[in-house]
Formats: sequence, C-alpha cells, structure tokens
Amino acid sequence: MRNRGNGGPLRRDPDDRLGAGLAAGIGAWRGFSPTTVRIACVVAALFSQGWAVPFYFVGWLLIPAAGEKTSIGAKARHDSRGVALAIGLASLLAVFLLLAGVLNDGAIEVYGWPQVASVFCLTLIWRNASESERAAMRHLIQPLEGLWTGGGKMRRGTTLRIAASAVLLVAGLGWLLSLHGGTALLAPLGGFVLVAAAIVLLLGPWWLRIARDLVLERQARVRAQERADMAARVHDSVLQTLALIQRRAEDPAAVVQLARAQERELRSWLFEGRAPGDADVASFAEGIRGIQRDVEARHEVPVEVVTVGDCPLDEHLGALLAAAGEATVNAAKWSGAGVISLFAEVEPDKVAVAVRDRGKGFDPDAVPADRKGVAESIRGRMSRHGGEAIVQSAPGEGTKVTLMLPRSADGQRR
Amino acid sequence: MSAPAVPAGLPRVVLVDDHGLFRSGVRAELGRQVEVVGEADDVAPAIELIARVVPDVVLLDVHLPGGGGQAVIAAVVRDHPQVRFLALSASDAPEDVIAVIRAGARGYVTKTISTADLADAIRRVADGDAVFSHRLAGFVLDAFASAPEAHDVRPSFDPELDQLTNREREVLRLIAQGYTYREIARELFISAKTVESHVSSVLRKLQLSSRHQLTRWAAERRLA
Repeated sequence: MRNRGNGGPLRRDPDDRLGAGLAAGIGAWRGFSPTTVRIACVVAALFSQGWAVPFYFVGWLLIPAAGEKTSIGAKARHDSRGVALAIGLASLLAVFLLLAGVLNDGAIEVYGWPQVASVFCLTLIWRNASESERAAMRHLIQPLEGLWTGGGKMRRGTTLRIAASAVLLVAGLGWLLSLHGGTALLAPLGGFVLVAAAIVLLLGPWWLRIARDLVLERQARVRAQERADMAARVHDSVLQTLALIQRRAEDPAAVVQLARAQERELRSWLFEGRAPGDADVASFAEGIRGIQRDVEARHEVPVEVVTVGDCPLDEHLGALLAAAGEATVNAAKWSGAGVISLFAEVEPDKVAVAVRDRGKGFDPDAVPADRKGVAESIRGRMSRHGGEAIVQSAPGEGTKVTLMLPRSADGQRR
Repeated sequence: MSAPAVPAGLPRVVLVDDHGLFRSGVRAELGRQVEVVGEADDVAPAIELIARVVPDVVLLDVHLPGGGGQAVIAAVVRDHPQVRFLALSASDAPEDVIAVIRAGARGYVTKTISTADLADAIRRVADGDAVFSHRLAGFVLDAFASAPEAHDVRPSFDPELDQLTNREREVLRLIAQGYTYREIARELFISAKTVESHVSSVLRKLQLSSRHQLTRWAAERRLA
C-alpha cells in the first residue's frame, strides 16, 4: 500500500479531509494511504487511553494547511481572548473530571484528562482557523446547531431519535460513573458502547449526508479539471484550425484539406480515445519532431529542432508536448519570425522544452487574462500536471517560452 | 577571366564537397568575404590540394565518397597542424559529426546556414575559435548526458575530460536554442570572450575525452 512520499514538507491536506486533513497530509508526506493512517490514529487513540487524541489537535494547531504559510498556532499566539477562553473551557472540564473522580475511580478520568489539552487546542483552532476551515468545521457540527435552534418544527423521527439517544447517553454515562476499580480494559467497554451508540444515533444521518457531500464535491472537482483539459484541447486543435481556415478562405483546396485533417483528429480523439497530435507517437523526442512536422506543414515556418535525450511518453509528457506544440504554433502564427527554435532536453530528474523566436515579441503584462492561448493551454496545462511555464517576451525582442516538468518516479525506474 | 581582387588578410579557404553545384554556390555566396583558393570533390584530391596550397580553413563535407571527412583531417593534421577544419553537412547524422570533430575539426555547421553566418563561422575558425551549430550543441549535450550508468567503467587518464561543467552545459543549451555568442554573453552575464573559451573547452573535451560512453552513444545512434 506504500508508494513514495511527495518529498515536500509535512502539510495538512484540507482537500482530502475528514477532520483536519492531518491523516491525508501525513499519508501524502510519507506515501501511505490516508485510510491506513486514519485507522492507525484510531487504534493509537484507544490503546493510549486517549492520550493520542490531544496530539492530533496539537498537530492541527501547529502544522500549516497545504498552500498556507503559517499554522493556526502562529495566529493563535496573538489571540489573547482565545487563550483565556481556552484556559477557561479546559479548566471547566478539569473541574468536571475532578468531580467524576470523586464519584468513581477510573474510566472517565483515565480517558478524560488528556482531553483537557484537546479542549484547549480545539478552542484555539475554532477561533483562529482560516475561513474555509471554519466553514468545514461548522458543516460537521451543523446538526448540533440544528438541535439547539430548530426545536419548533422537528419531525417526529428526529424527536424519537433524540429521545432514544438521550436515554442511551444517560445510561452509558451512568454506567461509566458507577464503575469502581475500573482497571480492567473491558470493564468500561459497555458504557462506551452505549455512549457511542447514542452519538451515532443522534448524528449518524448527518454524517452520512456530509460524507455524500464530500464525495460529490470531489467528483465536481475532477469534472471541472476534465472540462478544463477538454477546453484546452479543443482550443488547440479545433479553434486553431478554424482560425487557419478563415485566413485561407480564398484557397478552397487548402480549406478542404485543413477541415479533413481536423475531422480525422477530432474523430480519433472522441471515438478512439487518442489525443490529437500524439496518435502514433511513442517517445518524447518523436513527439517533438511531430510538432516540427505539423507546424512546418501548416504554417510554412521552418522549425529548428534540437532534442537531447529521450524517454517514453506518459500522460504528463503528453501534456508537455501539447503545451510545447501550442507555444510553437503561437510563435509561427504571431511572431513573424523566419525561423522558430524548439529545444527539448530529457534529464534524469526533469524534462525541459524551450520554444524561442526572434520575432515581434509582445508585452506579457498587456495580454488580457482571458486570452485562452497562453493562459490555459500552456500555463494552466503545465501547472495541472505539476510543471511550470515561463514566458519571456518584450516588444521587438522575440519570445521565449520555457516549459519544465519534473519527471515522475515511474519515469526514473530502470 | 575576372578573378575577384581579394584584399589581403581574408581567410584562405579550400572547399571540399562532392557536389559541384554546392561548391559553386558556396563560392558565389561567400564572394569577397573569404578567399577561396581551391576546390576538391573527394578525399584523395583534397589531401593533395590542401598539402599544396596550405589554406587557413578547409570547409569540409562530412560525407565524401572516398572515406568521409575525417579521413582528410587524419591525413593532413600530421604535416600541417595549422590548417583548420570546419565541418559542413546536410544530413546531421550524429555519429559522423562527432567522428569529424574528434578527428580534429574546429566546428560544425549545417548546410542550411545563412551566408553571413557561414562567413562568420569561417572567420572564427581561422582565428582558432570553435564553432558550434545548434545541432552540434545538442549532440554534445546528448553524448555527455549527465547520468552515467551505475557500473560504467570509464578508464580515463583525466576524469575532467569526461564531463561538462554546469556553465558549459548552460552555454551549450543556449547554442542549441539558436542563441548567438553575444546573446549568450548577455543572458549569462559573462563576456563574449568567456563564451568563446567555454565552447573551446567543450571542443577540447569532445576531442580528447576517452569517455567510452561517447563511443557507445555514437554506436547506438548508428543502429537507431
């Protein structure tokens, strides 16, 4: 179940969260599946008699979320009212535990004391987490809020459920409180089961809905990415061809040829699942030479190709090829340069492509953000596949587009 | 007979190419920028001609019917080490290009080069500099690729000759992208003279390295 970790610093992953996204973060960091980490956490919480729980909250407090610079803890340091509140709530729990300790000697106390620290952390988290994290936390406890406020119009099932869980809760807590000499691990178990059943009965339906929402949200994200990929691809091929057809409107033969070529390409993509441009290409250098052939044939501008090294194509390198093709086509169409230089180098740890012309150039800051070509087809595509694109240009000085993609672990396997 | 009056000080050049049309084309294009002192169409006549006129620069086709460009270089360097060779080819088969460079050519350009660039390249070679076309730069980067196999035994008397420095790599990358030496100097914040010396140092390594990867690389390319 273990693959290589991401090699980066440890970050919480709010995109794949159940609680803080800590398990997902640790999983990605060390290359375990998040589920494995979650199960390990629960087991640790049980066997450490609750002492592992505050560590989770401390991690939540001190480890920044992915994409954020500071941890919640750093912000909480300046929140003196929050600290006071946290101390207050924690001491409240401590008082309760002391009282419980008078009534019995064991179970609740053993599991309860570590939670003083948890309450402290959780209060600070609640007050200082980023807006998106607070929204997610509100989502989790929404049913409780519903209980406090929505009392008036409660449906009958809900009332029944609340009543039943209240009975279970009282019974369970009573069992726990009435225990004496609770040193054996099994002794408090019945009480815990009752309490847990009460919580599940009360909150279970909401949890199910939350889980469903999470799945839906993830699916929506995947769909959005697919749509962006598709838009980029349609832009690359179909829109480019349409632009060419408009330019060559006076030459019917050329128009027919362009339209046919585009039709073939679109069909092979839609119905045979082959990406345009890499229909029969197996290696990266071949793909680069394919770009040269295409651009020279369609735009009648010579492309000087130099490739260093080679490797088999994968999905990411296919995206790199598509971005390189787009950059080369742009240079052929807009720069007015007599020749375009296309340089590709496959190194052990990365693949780099440079597309350079000595043509008109442009002011990169003056290009409207909504111009699809550079923004989506090149930059967006590179970043979706973990690479980057740098566009250097100035009016009168030509344009250089540098594309860089780190090579995946699979690419390095010998 | 209207032999152009050539000012003194121009590089004296011999053209060696088996295509007569190409020779006369180059001769016409180069016009007054160099002094063409002779032409040859094969290995043996070329050796004889070069020994007789001792030019500054020989513009040498990589592919010759009687044995390839490196045969000419091998026969001439012993007696006339001052003669410099600039390899010229249409095909860009890397193993041929590398072989000619390793035999002693000071540079390599493709036949699609513009006249001005060719004249410039001849002048550079005459001055003792190295001339790398973008394609040669690519070949060299490829041949000196940074990841040697784990158990690659490389018996070399001077390990420094077996690898390029980072700076040399950067310079080669920019040459491969079609940058001129002046543009490279500006891009890397160094002087054009420093760029020259990096390129010369790469040429030296290319010629002297006993890195057997170089040979194997060329062999693989021939099979491919």
